[in-house]
Amino acid sequence: MARRWTNDLTRNDVTPEAVFLNRRRLIAAMAAGTGAAALGSIAGPALAAQGDMTPNTLEEITSYNNFYEFGTGKDDPREYAHLMTTSPWSVEIGGLVERPGTYAFDDIMAKMTVEERIYRFRCVEAWSMVIPWNGFELADLLNMAGVQDGAKYVAFQTLLRRDEMPGTRYPVLDWPYVEGLRLDEAMHPLTIMATGIYDKPIAKQNGAPMRLVVPWKYGFKSIKSIVRITLTADEPPTSWNKANAREYGFYSNVNPEVSHPRWSQANERRIGGGLFARRQPTEMFNGYGAEVASLYTGMDLAKNF
Amino acid sequence: MIQAQRINTALRRLPIWPLYVLCVFYIAQLFGRGVMGQLGVDPVKAMEHALGESALWMLILTLAVTPLRRMTGITLLRFRRAFGLITFFLALAHFIVWLVLDVQILSQIWADILKRPYVTVGFASFLLLLPLAITSNTMSLRKMGAGAWQRLHKVIYPAAVLAAVHYVMLVKGFQVEPLIYLGAILGLLAFRLPIHRWRVSFSR
Repeated sequence: MARRWTNDLTRNDVTPEAVFLNRRRLIAAMAAGTGAAALGSIAGPALAAQGDMTPNTLEEITSYNNFYEFGTGKDDPREYAHLMTTSPWSVEIGGLVERPGTYAFDDIMAKMTVEERIYRFRCVEAWSMVIPWNGFELADLLNMAGVQDGAKYVAFQTLLRRDEMPGTRYPVLDWPYVEGLRLDEAMHPLTIMATGIYDKPIAKQNGAPMRLVVPWKYGFKSIKSIVRITLTADEPPTSWNKANAREYGFYSNVNPEVSHPRWSQANERRIGGGLFARRQPTEMFNGYGAEVASLYTGMDLAKNF
Repeated sequence: MIQAQRINTALRRLPIWPLYVLCVFYIAQLFGRGVMGQLGVDPVKAMEHALGESALWMLILTLAVTPLRRMTGITLLRFRRAFGLITFFLALAHFIVWLVLDVQILSQIWADILKRPYVTVGFASFLLLLPLAITSNTMSLRKMGAGAWQRLHKVIYPAAVLAAVHYVMLVKGFQVEPLIYLGAILGLLAFRLPIHRWRVSFSR
């Protein structure tokens, strides 16, 4: 695989907590100190570029979720997701593929290489986390099914089982939840199917048994509990875009310059910082610009938001 | 009616000041739990939401005083000023949490108020409550005269509608809960419509 992304960041590489706390103190001191301007201009960018990649705790990751099939409250998924049967599980892969069919989850896992990916996760609601996913590259799964030449997009669908998903009693969205990517986005080495977090099977409220993770897009693009993948020639419909096209575009790349009607996207609240945590500036493509900006060369990202 | 009179007699014996103590205690314990990390992983949003929702409850209680009296004879009129003021204090705390703990950045606060419709509407509702809180004392009532004072305090009607609309607008997708608040407030306002007077004017 020519552009296979090498995962050079593991949990051991992430700043140890003591160092991280020291850095916080240093930044605070720089902000407070008057004579530290020169130091700030030198040390500032270097510190900012490294970013704070300390993963959120499993407790945080599994207790603060948007999974509207189980209710619109942030704690509803944790409370109700246990109702969802995730074993046995299979994914129907169809459309413009060489080998369409129903793929059992266990058979997929037997063929895939699972690795750890520590990614920033940025919600359109302007909060963010850092999550140590375990998963495989979506490209590997799509290649397993064989992508036909005419395919330009990939459509995804979440499970819809009304008796196991209390939130679907209300027409919050047009169920089932659907999402989509352009084929080159789907084949990008950063795009993964996550099957675990912290080396444990992924919790149901996080989208068990497998969910998409596209780290440079707003969280709602990373569709959970996937039962269907369809390769298409045309741009597929996506749930939030159908609900409110003015607010949610097909691309939904993290972009601090394109403001959302409800939330400024210029900065974000990092979950886990407590009551007095400072907001952090949001980075273009959620900090993955070096890897993905070339996908959008020549595109007006304000129009294609 | 005799039942209602008995309740009213009992209510008359109750002091009003504990309501203010409860309000302060409620805000303080919320803040305390936030500091101690007992409000979940996103304490800022939890506080913001709890304060906003409790302000809506107090607003509904304030608006319910008149319908309750007309329908059952039970009067909470003695407590209405406290209800209204507590509504304002909760809205103020909600606003301050949003300002200081959530948005934080001064330039963005103004941008949010002006550019984000749900913030604009919520802020407008808060601004409308402000003169009502300031003139809630007996001295203002005397100075302004009962007529002018009452006319001013009808501003609570648009403020209430805006507060509920603020909640409807801020949720994503189609959600039932904020619509229930809006329905309750519109219902309490509809109760005040002088329908019989309309009929008279139409028949003329």
